[in-house]
Amino acid sequence: MDLTKDAATARHALRTMWTIRRFEEAVDDLFARGLMHGTMHLSIGQEAVPVGACLALRDGDYITSTHRGHGHCIAKGARLDAMMAELLAKETGYCRGRGGSMHIADVATGNLGANGIVAGGVPIATGAALSVRLRGGDAVAVSFFGDGAVNEGAWHEGVNLAAVWRLPVVFVCENNQYGMSMPATRAARVDRLAERAAAYGMPGVTVDGNDPQAVHDAVADAVHRARAGQGPALVEALTYRWKGHSKSDKNLYRTRDEIDAWRERDPIARFERAVAGTLSEPEIADCREQAVAAVRAAVRSAHAAPDADAGSLTDAVYAEGAA
Amino acid sequence: MTTAPAAPGTRTLTYADAVREALAQAMTADERVFLLGEDIGTYGGAFGVTGDLVHRFGEERVRDTPISELGIVGAAVGAALTGMRPVVEIQFSDFTAQAMDQIVNQAAKIHFMLGGAATVPLVLRAPGGSGTGAAAQHSQSLEAWFAHVPGLKVVMPSTPADAKGLLLAAIDDPNPVIVLEHKLLYKDSGPVPEDAARVPLGTAEVRRPGADLTVVATGVMVPRALAAAERLAGEGISAGVVDPRTLRPLDTETILDSVVETGRLLLVQEAPKTCGYVAEIAAAVAGSRAFGHLRAPVGRLCGLDVPIPYAPQLERAAVPQVEDIVREARDLVRRW
Ligand SMILES: Cc1ncc(C[n+]2csc(CCOP(=O)(O)OP(=O)(O)O)c2C)c(N)n1
Ligand SMILES: [Mg+2]
Repeated sequence: MDLTKDAATARHALRTMWTIRRFEEAVDDLFARGLMHGTMHLSIGQEAVPVGACLALRDGDYITSTHRGHGHCIAKGARLDAMMAELLAKETGYCRGRGGSMHIADVATGNLGANGIVAGGVPIATGAALSVRLRGGDAVAVSFFGDGAVNEGAWHEGVNLAAVWRLPVVFVCENNQYGMSMPATRAARVDRLAERAAAYGMPGVTVDGNDPQAVHDAVADAVHRARAGQGPALVEALTYRWKGHSKSDKNLYRTRDEIDAWRERDPIARFERAVAGTLSEPEIADCREQAVAAVRAAVRSAHAAPDADAGSLTDAVYAEGAA
Repeated sequence: MTTAPAAPGTRTLTYADAVREALAQAMTADERVFLLGEDIGTYGGAFGVTGDLVHRFGEERVRDTPISELGIVGAAVGAALTGMRPVVEIQFSDFTAQAMDQIVNQAAKIHFMLGGAATVPLVLRAPGGSGTGAAAQHSQSLEAWFAHVPGLKVVMPSTPADAKGLLLAAIDDPNPVIVLEHKLLYKDSGPVPEDAARVPLGTAEVRRPGADLTVVATGVMVPRALAAAERLAGEGISAGVVDPRTLRPLDTETILDSVVETGRLLLVQEAPKTCGYVAEIAAAVAGSRAFGHLRAPVGRLCGLDVPIPYAPQLERAAVPQVEDIVREARDLVRRW
């Protein structure tokens, strides 16, 4: 699917990328003003990956996400008000204030959750795909993870199981060049992390992760194979996080020049140029405004919502009834 | 914490600085000592503990690793078995779960399984505890997991001086030692000896003497218990505070001596109550010479049996606070 030629698709892709960016800028701002608690991992600069990938999915497909998961959540169709309410520790948040940013999930849209554990979601995606197979169906699971995750045992075990069982999983590596402060090039001896796929007997490709079209094409191919019963694949999307790893990052491990060079390659500005023949300037401006309005509305409704209730703190530790 | 003027030979340092000083002194004194962990080099550690050590000792001895906890601990086991003294930093103690095979099935048992033919002198440092809004996978207090495994020693320093002295003793020890630091304590200051004085493993410290009740608290609950004791003193209740410092081996005698004097015992930990570490202390007291001196049932004030939630007000409610300790202690003394 060409994301730039059809006006409705172009609008959706652009609006979603802007929504992710504005949502995270709002989070950054709330945090800076002391209105948000904990820590946050922002994906500003990486918006093309979740948007390009999720456009290859349909209802009923699953994703597993990461600590840097706001973009995945939004791209898979989550409600901004429930997300923002979660980050503001409200009872109306996706996790009733229990989870926060690192544990947001939206089970209704197939988002099985962000994860505080690097590579934690990888074998879970394999399991969701196994379940699809056992239940009979053609859904696929996409597992998002970072460049740092590919060096965890859980990653290798999860990927191998998907490969040997030929499960419908697409492993999407968001290679933003660093795992916290560790350069991806120092954490692996291969030039391309996609080369790891060969070791498990599945296809692997590396694409420009700042181009939603390139991400989309690669993920759509892999999803197509997976739905057709041809097993998993690995897509490595090269991108960059503009902000620090989390709230405590002093950026000692990278240079201002490097950050600036990647900011020049802003995936959103680039996509706006790519859709210029399809969408008029006012239509593009409208996408931006809709994103701003949606985020503002989410912040407003979240602020007005009741705080998470400590009185019911121990309620959800165990599920009730029979499985 | 309030800080008294530093005694001769000491100066005021933060807990994090004290840990760094111990690491630097150990590395200076012994070439076999080296560090490995995620983001401990240029980044200086997720909590800033290793700081500038990479610039002082180089990348060979302050090794930044990929995100591979099982591999890191396993590599430390192998290095320890063959003559080195590795000190591993696991970024959050929760991620020891990734490394559990190497900790539990390998490091803890090799000396025994080999009939004493080899030793595994490794130290694993990791911050535990809640209070930072990091939620369920970054806030646990897992000391009971480790204390339950024969072959491991477990240390929980609660002051800057102990953070230094216990770590130095842990590095000397021929066994695998798990040092559980607390995130909320890293910025606390206190007097720390300049020299590399060891605090022997297995010695508890009476932090405050008391006549009416003994509070035994671990980790961040030690300063909270001391704050509670101060408030209780204002109500005419004399609460003593004992800090075990080492959970395994446990200095039971110091605790028993105090219980014999006070006749009342309140155990305070941050970890969830069920199967928590302080249950071991309760059992030790119940089976000891102090039993007949008890005038009240043994009290246990612990974290709720719940994963640590994100919302600040819920997170606070999940673990004991100073006012909870005051209330429980007052109840024990007034009712019995
Ligand atoms: C098992 C585990 N180890 C370490 C961490 C601490 N940590 C959180 S994110 C992160 C870096 C992850 O890098 P990457 O996978 O590349 O994702 P990115 O942050 O770049 O999106 C680290 C080390 C963790 N959360 N879980
Ligand atoms: Mg990364």
